[in-house]
Amino acid sequence: MKATVLVRPKLGILDPQGDAVERALGHLGFIVSGARVGKVVDLEVAADDEAEARAQVERMCDQLLANPLVESYEIELHG
Amino acid sequence: MAVPQPRIGVVTYPGSQDDRDALWALGALDAEPVSVWHEERELPALDAVVLPGGFSYGDYLRCGAIARFSLATAAVCAFAQAGGLVLGICNGFQVLCEAGLLPGALLRNESLRFVCRDVPLHVERADTPFTSRCTPGQTLVIPVKHGDGRYVPPADLDPVQVVLRYRSNPNGSVDDIAGVCNEAGNVMGLMPHPEHAVDPLLGPPDGAFLLASLVDAARTRALASV
Repeated sequence: MKATVLVRPKLGILDPQGDAVERALGHLGFIVSGARVGKVVDLEVAADDEAEARAQVERMCDQLLANPLVESYEIELHG
Repeated sequence: MAVPQPRIGVVTYPGSQDDRDALWALGALDAEPVSVWHEERELPALDAVVLPGGFSYGDYLRCGAIARFSLATAAVCAFAQAGGLVLGICNGFQVLCEAGLLPGALLRNESLRFVCRDVPLHVERADTPFTSRCTPGQTLVIPVKHGDGRYVPPADLDPVQVVLRYRSNPNGSVDDIAGVCNEAGNVMGLMPHPEHAVDPLLGPPDGAFLLASLVDAARTRALASV
């Protein structure tokens, strides 16, 4: 089963990359605010069903893919 | 009886860069430096361990995130949990945070630039095994060289655990924090590089205040175990 993990800097954590992207978009004429830059991890998980896949990916996030102090994560599963 | 030379290990991960400087500096300060390869499951007999700077495992995902799972790191964690002295410098600090031996995390510099320069540090505490040769309030000038040195402490960090602060913050670290220790005081991490500031040829040898403190503490432990 394919899984996508979205890792984001937690709210309240300074994100200078997001600020730089926001400024650059402003230079291009776009009016944007609240830009934040995170990471995407695509995975293929060996699991029989969605619940098992989700449980596995959650453990991966807690142990490695995200640092819970400064990052939040979101898991998307694709059949 | 001759005063024993304490044995201080320096772990080399793939991508470590400052392991040789750390080994040299410890030797210059009258310790017996011991190189530890990252694949070693058990540490040799050591009185202290240093995790050096560099870019372990390419710093993929997050700085220190992969090194945390190396065999030698597991051995260092066991050593620290048994009360052993552990100092993490730069990437070593990042590894100790990822491993949970120290509180907090190190993120991209606020400037998004790699900084490489001497920085003045304020000694908050001189009662740790890593700062015993310092005096509280002393200024040490020690170089930093990092792109990911912005320290973010946990909300519940006890301020007593802050050992060093920047007098001129190079990376946006919260509360100017440059170095912290664990609650027990036997594990410390800092972003500046004391091992690059031991030979007077390279500038003020202020790094020797920190590393010689560690050598003193390690020697005390070596004597206690004789």
